[in-house]
Amino acid sequence: MNAYKKLNKSTQKLLINIVVIFAVYIVVTIMDASGNLSSLMRGLLVPVCAYSLVAVGLNLCVGYLGELSLGHAGFMCIGAFTSAFFSKAFQDTIPDVPRFILALIIGTAMAAIFGFLIAIPVLRLKGDYLAIVTLAFGEIIKNVITVMYVGKDSNGFHFSLKDQMSLGMELDGKMIINGAQGISGTPRQSTFGLAVLLLIVALIITHNFVNSRTGRAVKAIRDNQIAAETVGLPITKYKLTAFTLSAAIAGVGGVLYAHNINSLTATTNNFGYNMSIMILVYVVLGGIGSFSGSIIAAVVLTLLPEMLRGLSNYRMLIYSIVLIGLMLFNWAPSILKWRQQHGLKAILSKFNKNKEVQ
Amino acid sequence: MKKKVLSLMLVSAMAASLFAGCGSDSSSQTEGESVDTSSELTWKIGGIGPTTGSAAQYGQGVMNAIQLAVDEVNEAGGINGYQISFNFQDDEADQQKSVNAYNTLKDWGMQILEGTVTSGACTAVAAETYNDRIFQLTPSASSTDVTSGHDNTFQVCFSDPNQGTVSADYISENNLATKIGVIYDSSDPYSTGVYQNFATEAANVGLEIVATEAFTSDNKTDFSTQLQKCKDAGADLLFLPFYYQEGSVVLTQANQMGYEPTMFGVDGFDGLLGVENFDVKLAEGVYLLTPFAADAEDEATQSFVSKYEEQFGGTPNQFAADAYDGIYILKAALESTDLTPEASNEEICDALIAAIQEVSYDGLTGNSMTWSDAGEVSKDPKAVIIQDGGYVSVE
Repeated sequence: MNAYKKLNKSTQKLLINIVVIFAVYIVVTIMDASGNLSSLMRGLLVPVCAYSLVAVGLNLCVGYLGELSLGHAGFMCIGAFTSAFFSKAFQDTIPDVPRFILALIIGTAMAAIFGFLIAIPVLRLKGDYLAIVTLAFGEIIKNVITVMYVGKDSNGFHFSLKDQMSLGMELDGKMIINGAQGISGTPRQSTFGLAVLLLIVALIITHNFVNSRTGRAVKAIRDNQIAAETVGLPITKYKLTAFTLSAAIAGVGGVLYAHNINSLTATTNNFGYNMSIMILVYVVLGGIGSFSGSIIAAVVLTLLPEMLRGLSNYRMLIYSIVLIGLMLFNWAPSILKWRQQHGLKAILSKFNKNKEVQ
Repeated sequence: MKKKVLSLMLVSAMAASLFAGCGSDSSSQTEGESVDTSSELTWKIGGIGPTTGSAAQYGQGVMNAIQLAVDEVNEAGGINGYQISFNFQDDEADQQKSVNAYNTLKDWGMQILEGTVTSGACTAVAAETYNDRIFQLTPSASSTDVTSGHDNTFQVCFSDPNQGTVSADYISENNLATKIGVIYDSSDPYSTGVYQNFATEAANVGLEIVATEAFTSDNKTDFSTQLQKCKDAGADLLFLPFYYQEGSVVLTQANQMGYEPTMFGVDGFDGLLGVENFDVKLAEGVYLLTPFAADAEDEATQSFVSKYEEQFGGTPNQFAADAYDGIYILKAALESTDLTPEASNEEICDALIAAIQEVSYDGLTGNSMTWSDAGEVSKDPKAVIIQDGGYVSVE
């Protein structure tokens, strides 16, 4: 306990987050083992973690770099497709475990590389302009993937942006990325335990990054770029680092997503602007700058539409109403004030005070 | 302050009760749970498809048609003496949502799945049903990815290769054209699947494809560029493997620019004559391969169409017809096995895999349909031509 108290506040928070995630993991695993978990919940475990990871990645960008990115679904898409491509291409030649580890590394690295490349032109812009350009990049990524045709036969890989026929494959060839039909038959290797582990690792990395020398510099740039520049901070370098890390974490989410589902296509709903905005909603609802908040929001908003299935087609309507309600409850100034006076914390502190008086 | 809180609560309670009312009202119609399953033993058949989102009309059609068939079967005494209960879940045509919908149905106790409607989602769900050993019959997911490697998945509709190959053969055998232009939706698995098979077969039978133009689902309102390119390339037949909404736009725009090639669509074109604000005269002379025509003369089709129109409004398309047939195919297969709903999913699955290969079924979408162990249906695509605002079959 003493050792815990000696830690600074943010590290304490991180430890609490990890303990909570771990506790949830244990509870869910026990429920699963004892057969108390519905198939629906079991099916949602990995996607929830994947979306949480992307939300954590975006939060780093929005909360600490202070730049609004609307293209994070694109990085998720790159992580998903490169790793699924690798897994599919080497399905028969590399055993399961090392292949998945390599796929994870490749997916993350590719997302990071693309994040880096995109950041070079994009981070010269600010605010709304940056948001729009990232939105465009996300769409470009999605659209390029839908016209990519990659096949593999005895002569090696074939690549085309036109159609399947122009690959000129031998008869024994198999398609890996088949344009709009995407990648199908990816080995299913994401497990809940692995997803939780990656989420915890991402939390530790982001926490350490934010509180490192680089992280402090990034925050200084966010708060006042001119002042930071005057002090002599290399702005571009720090911005690039933060954006790349943010993209890489989104890529990890993509890898998990891709290895949890048999058929992967790049559509507007799963990797387009819809998804980018959804991820931004996770971040904003959970609190900009709060990683645990992002995770909670991602979990709640992923589960909500599924929980509302009983309401049939009205669920989309109810879902939006609930979303508006949650947003108001979390962030409307008057409600915040009310919560301060009447919320759980206020009641607890009153209770504590009373106890002290007695 | 207290007053405000109270009034807010009252308002929200009222709003909630309003929606709750809507939900229960509509559930009998839209969310098809036809029979209360709490006490008696029933066949639990699940359905998955997009009832919201951009592909909603296909999912709606399938849901309504299955509901219609289930009601009919139940009225006639059910399957092997047991009623069917039916539960349809929305997937927004998204793979992940589709798997979620599938898991929801599994929690409900589904024994047989009739779905899903779209190819991409179906491939993802097929992997799940294969692992869980639940029999799956898809009304309209035509991709070969759906059935390949999954012994438990069967299709009611033609597969992509079937349509593309047959179209190319048909055009070449009947000498419809020598120079062919293709416009297809490169973001749609169905469209690209048919196109790829068409192009492969076209090369084999010596058809010349002079122009291949693509569009995506994000820009499918203007086809003048694609049409102009096809026109410039001298294409005298346009092969259009996509759905009828875009089809109506293509026909209208081709007419506006005075371009009059032979138009050749596949089964997605069925429904063309029902598009609102579309001049049906423009569809004259359009060829399409379809297993189903809503204005066919036979009794089964007419009774289906009139019942559908009466109950749900609107003319059913081939998705609906495939789905309607699906229930009767399951019925035929189940009746040949003497199974009861007490059997485990795995028993039902294994029995149906064997039984469906013995079935020869005459339905709305084809006569003497049979299935091989590959899961693809064998029925003859019918080429029809649109004349005087109706389908006329051509030989």
